[in-house]
Amino acid sequence: MESHNGPTGQTGAHLLHRLFEVQQQYMHIPKQSILELAGELRLPVSQVESVVDFYSFFHRTPRGRFDLLFSNCTSCGDTAMMRSLCKRLNVTPGETRADGLVSINETSCIGMCDQGPALLVNSRTLTGLTAIRLEQIAAQIEAGVPVPEWPVEWFRVQDNVRKNGLLLGTAFETGSGLRAALEKGPEAMLAEVTQSGLRGRGGAGFSTGMKWKFCREAKGDAHYVVCNADEGEPGTFKDRILLSSHAHAVFEGMSICGHIIGASKGYLYLRGEYRYLLNDLHAVLKRRHKARLLGKHILGQAFDFDIEIIVGAGAYICGEESALIESMEQKRGIPRVRPPFPVTKGYLDQPTVVNNVETLAAAALIAVHGGAWFSGHGSEKSAGSKVLSISGDCTTPGVYEYPFGVSIQRILDDCGAEDVQAVQVGGPSGTLIAPDEFERKLGFEDLATGGSFMIYSKDRDLLKVISNFTHFFAHESCGFCTPCRVGTTLLKNGLDKIASGHGTKSDVDEMYRMATMVKRRSHCGLGQTAPNPLLDALKRFPEVFEQRLVHDSEFEPHFDLDAALEEARQISHRDDAEAHLA
Amino acid sequence: MSDTMKENNNTITIDGREIPFKEGQTIMDAALAADIYIPHLCHRPGLKPHGSCKLCTVEVNGRSASACTLPAAKGQEISNNTEALNGVRKTITQMLFVEGNHFCPACEKTGDCTLQAVAYHLDMLDGHFPQFYPRREVDASHPGIVLDRDRCIMCELCVRTSREMDGKDVFAITGRGIDAKLIVNSASGKLADTDITTDDLAAHICPVGAILIKEHGYEVPIGRRTFDLHTIAEPGVEPVILRKGKHADEH
Repeated sequence: MESHNGPTGQTGAHLLHRLFEVQQQYMHIPKQSILELAGELRLPVSQVESVVDFYSFFHRTPRGRFDLLFSNCTSCGDTAMMRSLCKRLNVTPGETRADGLVSINETSCIGMCDQGPALLVNSRTLTGLTAIRLEQIAAQIEAGVPVPEWPVEWFRVQDNVRKNGLLLGTAFETGSGLRAALEKGPEAMLAEVTQSGLRGRGGAGFSTGMKWKFCREAKGDAHYVVCNADEGEPGTFKDRILLSSHAHAVFEGMSICGHIIGASKGYLYLRGEYRYLLNDLHAVLKRRHKARLLGKHILGQAFDFDIEIIVGAGAYICGEESALIESMEQKRGIPRVRPPFPVTKGYLDQPTVVNNVETLAAAALIAVHGGAWFSGHGSEKSAGSKVLSISGDCTTPGVYEYPFGVSIQRILDDCGAEDVQAVQVGGPSGTLIAPDEFERKLGFEDLATGGSFMIYSKDRDLLKVISNFTHFFAHESCGFCTPCRVGTTLLKNGLDKIASGHGTKSDVDEMYRMATMVKRRSHCGLGQTAPNPLLDALKRFPEVFEQRLVHDSEFEPHFDLDAALEEARQISHRDDAEAHLA
Repeated sequence: MSDTMKENNNTITIDGREIPFKEGQTIMDAALAADIYIPHLCHRPGLKPHGSCKLCTVEVNGRSASACTLPAAKGQEISNNTEALNGVRKTITQMLFVEGNHFCPACEKTGDCTLQAVAYHLDMLDGHFPQFYPRREVDASHPGIVLDRDRCIMCELCVRTSREMDGKDVFAITGRGIDAKLIVNSASGKLADTDITTDDLAAHICPVGAILIKEHGYEVPIGRRTFDLHTIAEPGVEPVILRKGKHADEH
């Protein structure tokens, strides 16, 4: 199959993959390569260009031969460490050192919140940073030792599973789910999934059985299964464990879905930050081919199904299912207008199921153990269990699985969190709660979550946390709709003003008004949730804002007049007292 | 079932007024057909609905939605011309003004500009928010068309018009978030190296002064321009806007 919009079917031919190769080779995407790729993939030059500019991991100007990206997440990031390495190596953050050796910058959460601080160096994940490690890294860079020759233990990523449950604790024999599903047949298997009460694990919680049914009934030239492994919500890393230690169950869930909806092709969209998992995932696919669990005539039956992996390049918005589909189609990740929904008009405008990694893994277990087994766990409206990524101020961060209905306090006790000031449930797009709410329960009927659980002790400056999240959303907004494109930046600027001690009560009121508007009027889930941290904090922790406000002055201008003269001073080569205000 | 039957059965209510719609119409389509004005910038009848400017935000049975993209459905109760929604629209318009560089008195499009007209309609008297003062490139390479990105509002009317009406692919949006910007589809990145001509609808569709035809400045004096003679809310004003340079009163 060939299409002008979609990839041609070989892993290497996807625009995102080709751009990654070019970026690796030249440390940027030269103009000439854009023209060549446009020709090679038969895409408009402007489309290639727009993709380069959209994804954070592609650059138009050369990055250093060692390109380091420090996570700026409140759990796996440490920008103070970044600044100290910058100082050590004489690098300006965001810029490439004049000799072209090294560049250092920040990036959004890289999903290493249980073993941070962490960074990406030439797209490889490096965890557990310490001052000593930083010094060692600096030495390797100065000596020009290529990253593949750096000690392997620096790149070790642990699973850190602290508590097993229904999904992580039930042994899964490779092929057992698919065998059961093929035996049952698509209708009966769909009935099991529906009966299980399984709801989407990405956070939105749409009924999986219903989604598969709609897609199965939708007419199209082809049907597709997409596994959303673009786990980008800060503080979320549970899919990382499912992909590294339960990949068979995930791929099997995709295959079972494919059998039910009538698809012969599935895609796993892996976030660029998890590129280190790619080789292992390809190896699992290969093993499944050998075992006749993928390919033609699966298990000797009349069912053909194959899976391809597409790797993203640093764009949180691609976790939104329709933006993910656009990205698969080699475009910028702009969320589509809905309706139509992907189940009727998705990838290449064909009926498509997009499911979270955890949802698909659960489906594979449901095939083996039945819908009743699954619905027997959890709460009334939230069947089964939830795999949580717990990070922040606690003694044992890591992956914990609980049946739905568990209380926040119980989780905090299990992970050794004391003197807790606040918990961000479901990541920045979720809910920020205060201690008087710790008896609330996880579940679609109370606190819904995609799996992020970030803990902040009393020692944390909560305004910094909120500011971090607000910056995150402004950085990740796709720019399609006005409320989110402009609003997230206005909120960022407003919060910066307050954090820097220049804010007044009217700035807070103004931000509240803007936050409410962005939440209510944005095009997609990103804009609709971007103001949550700010709104939650204004409601539950108003004092963190009030403490920073200017009270003794009635008027505080939006900008610093003296700072505004800086450019004029530079041009006129003056810095004397007369060239300054007051 | 005949068309009339369908129409009779299919109605929606906008601000208490019941209006008919045909299968496949959006709320905007039905409203325009009934001469009800819902403010909009990125929408243009005949082009694929976009839903990005959010000026046409309405409330459908209490839920926020874009009138230009939401299919009309029987029984929808829609709020449109309310104080609250016009307040939201005014804020959005102010946001569009401050994110770009809009100096109406120095812009050839003044009086013919839809953004300006919408701002007047919504009683917008200032930008309210701090200006972003972005640095954006001007492209004057083309002999007949100038591209002034300072005024671009990312509505993608030119992008869609070129693809859907002109059968070309001259424009695109690149970048992300607040750094999004309009680019052209040529190896040099310059308008002169695209296949656009002054006959293309895409060269005339821009609702602001971002895409202008060269050598045709101020042919209609200020005071007799589109929105000096019409308001944006007037039924049937859409085709008039496109006839820039020659007004409805000068056949």
